[in-house]
Amino acid sequence: MEKMIVAMQDPDMGMKLRNQRLLITVIPHAMTGHDIIIWLIHKYSVCEEEALHLGGMLVKYGYIYPLKEPRSLVLQPDESPYRFQTPYFWTSTRWPASELDYAIYLAKKNIRKQGELMEYEKERYSLLHKKINHTWDFVVMQAREQLRASKQRRKADRIVLECQEQAYWLINRPPGGPNSLQRGPGLVRGKLAINCCDLPSFLKYSEQYQNHDPIMQGCLPSNPWISDDTAHWTMNTEMVPVPTRLRVERWSFSFMELLNDAMGRQEFMLYLEKEFSAENLYFWQACEEIRHGESSKIVEKVEEVYKNFLAPGAARWVNIDSKTMDKTLEGIKQPHRFVLDDAQMHIYFLMKKDSYPRYLKSDLYKNMLAKAIVPQETKKSVFPFMRRQRHSSPSPAQAVAQATEEEGRHKGAG
Amino acid sequence: SCDFAPSGSFSPFRRLPLPAKRKYMRSPLSPEMATQEVPLNETLAHLKTESETLKLKLEEERAKLHDVELHQVAEKVEGLGQFVMKTRRTLKGHGNKVLCMDWCKDKRRIVSSSQDGKVIVWDAFTTNKEHAVTMPCTWVMACAYAPSGCAVACGGLDNKCSVYPLSLDKNENLAAKKKSVAMHTNYLSACSFTNSDMQILTSSGDGTCALWDVESGQLLQSFHGHAADVLCLDLAPSETGNTFVSGGCDKKANVWDMRSGQCIQSFETHESDINSVRYYPSGDAFASGSDDATCRLYDLRADREVAIYSKESIIFGVSSVDFSLSGRLLFGGYNDYTINVWDVLKGTRVSILFGHENRVSTLRVSPDGTAFCTGSWDHTLRVWILMC
Repeated sequence: MEKMIVAMQDPDMGMKLRNQRLLITVIPHAMTGHDIIIWLIHKYSVCEEEALHLGGMLVKYGYIYPLKEPRSLVLQPDESPYRFQTPYFWTSTRWPASELDYAIYLAKKNIRKQGELMEYEKERYSLLHKKINHTWDFVVMQAREQLRASKQRRKADRIVLECQEQAYWLINRPPGGPNSLQRGPGLVRGKLAINCCDLPSFLKYSEQYQNHDPIMQGCLPSNPWISDDTAHWTMNTEMVPVPTRLRVERWSFSFMELLNDAMGRQEFMLYLEKEFSAENLYFWQACEEIRHGESSKIVEKVEEVYKNFLAPGAARWVNIDSKTMDKTLEGIKQPHRFVLDDAQMHIYFLMKKDSYPRYLKSDLYKNMLAKAIVPQETKKSVFPFMRRQRHSSPSPAQAVAQATEEEGRHKGAG
Repeated sequence: SCDFAPSGSFSPFRRLPLPAKRKYMRSPLSPEMATQEVPLNETLAHLKTESETLKLKLEEERAKLHDVELHQVAEKVEGLGQFVMKTRRTLKGHGNKVLCMDWCKDKRRIVSSSQDGKVIVWDAFTTNKEHAVTMPCTWVMACAYAPSGCAVACGGLDNKCSVYPLSLDKNENLAAKKKSVAMHTNYLSACSFTNSDMQILTSSGDGTCALWDVESGQLLQSFHGHAADVLCLDLAPSETGNTFVSGGCDKKANVWDMRSGQCIQSFETHESDINSVRYYPSGDAFASGSDDATCRLYDLRADREVAIYSKESIIFGVSSVDFSLSGRLLFGGYNDYTINVWDVLKGTRVSILFGHENRVSTLRVSPDGTAFCTGSWDHTLRVWILMC
């Protein structure tokens, strides 16, 4: 096929190319469907029917693409304009088309013109968002970078490139065609046009956390290892009546920071309860317990989750989109460790994008921050080499044993 | 007992010869080439040379993009001042080389393991030993503290990873309640609990990593892709919590999806065994330490190495690496008995610490970043503080 295409573009014996008008822009090096047929007839001494069939194949496999109706991958034997696809996008050079590249392409389309994605593209976009979620930041950054680069091109060039790219993806991810997302993930990293770098993010992160880094900035009231005083640890145990200011500040750095801190999670739960959306956090926690819990308890835990969160009329029914809900309900018929992943991720991002930002602006959070403790720095001892007595602390194992003992006593009494 | 670290001769995988450096994948002509007009007067040969020149120019521009390193972006960042560093605790009690250690979430307890088969749990703050177990094998190369603080895991030349619940009864023999969890076909090099006490991730000299259910000992997922012994691993601190990185004798660092078992990214720029890998606190990158005497930083989004921490005067291998809480500092334990402290952003060495009398074999920063602990072939562990 490629030999044929090369012959078609031969400067002496190849197709006559001319400028074609597409709306208000002039596209260079285009040809008509009619010209293609004629050329094929003469070159290969075939009849019109065969030429039409042959030409149709060239379009179907993406070596030639239509300009007027890009989604109609057929060869019209009339004045319809066509162009040669650049070798960069030939199926042979870029097979297999990677999920990552497709995600970047869809992201570009989405950013460029809101709603330009077709229905099937929107579906695939959200599927990909879940599937390769761990590299999603990268996808969006790549898309933005490529769009920025394309803005610097001449309009005609830009349109040509967009057509080429669109044609490529129409061939490699046809609408309604075999959903290639069913294939295993494989090596997600495919060939990339530009490698995306966000090195300044390292600077930002280090700067943001500098005050929280005891080695960089010290800690209040003092570093226990230096002063032999465990006050710093006592003030920062998992549950305290009043947390320190640095700790509460950290909850605003990212949703993950808030959830990773038991007190933060507790506060967030209070907020969600006020908003009548606490079921989201309860659901997320229940899913975490399944993901990280004993294999033997998975079946019973999934059943509990269904009863409490997913069943119609459930006490803590969670609002998941119908597609995810259907898929989840189907999946829990054969429960496994990751069966609730999609639903969990949906709820996680819902909380992250919606409730979390509002929590940070709420009075609940602001009051927490205002009354948080800023410990006084311990003045360094006059005799720095005098050692304070180092007190031992209860072993975590001891704390758990005591708690279980108490639980047992209460159960006995009740 | 053998006085050297297990080498490839223990394992069915012999150390591989140096392969040719992998080149970056180069795409064919860019899309822009297609829009250039073809002057009909020129001969084909002339066009070919022109196309080759353009290709080279393209590669040059590409190379410029690829070679942007972290220290270049950090040029305007304020440099770090002088550091004062001290050993604040020395833990003595092991009868032979300390091979591994891990911190408890309570920020003061640690577990350590040694060549003589002993695993000790210490309250490093008071230096009291709280528990001790004697393993049935020597060279306990891996140990880990459970997130709850109620158990420890360890293993080594026994090819297994076992979990010991920490009993409060001083008279009880911890070994009585031992649970055998992981089973590899060669030595256990590293282990780590995941988010709970219920799952353990292991790496082994048999070239694989594996995820296990602690309660039943069932293998949940195995990870194949390394071409030689896997020496280290670290779990990603990500929102979705599904990935981890491993480093091996094949000079590769691989990033894995825990659910599917697939290798999703691979990095091969080190020139020798990778002994240690550790995620940058944001989860967007990870650092590695190698027998080639360098530490490197790999950015997961850019999918490449973005920094290399090396000095002509440092010629001994790195055994272990870890970041300070903010990720600004990278600590490396070296086989020449020293610890080098690196400015992650600027790529410079800010401090060198002396103290151990033999190789530093293991290094971890405490959970709240107030100190870091090292273990050494000199039989001791030290807790260090660094003050900026």
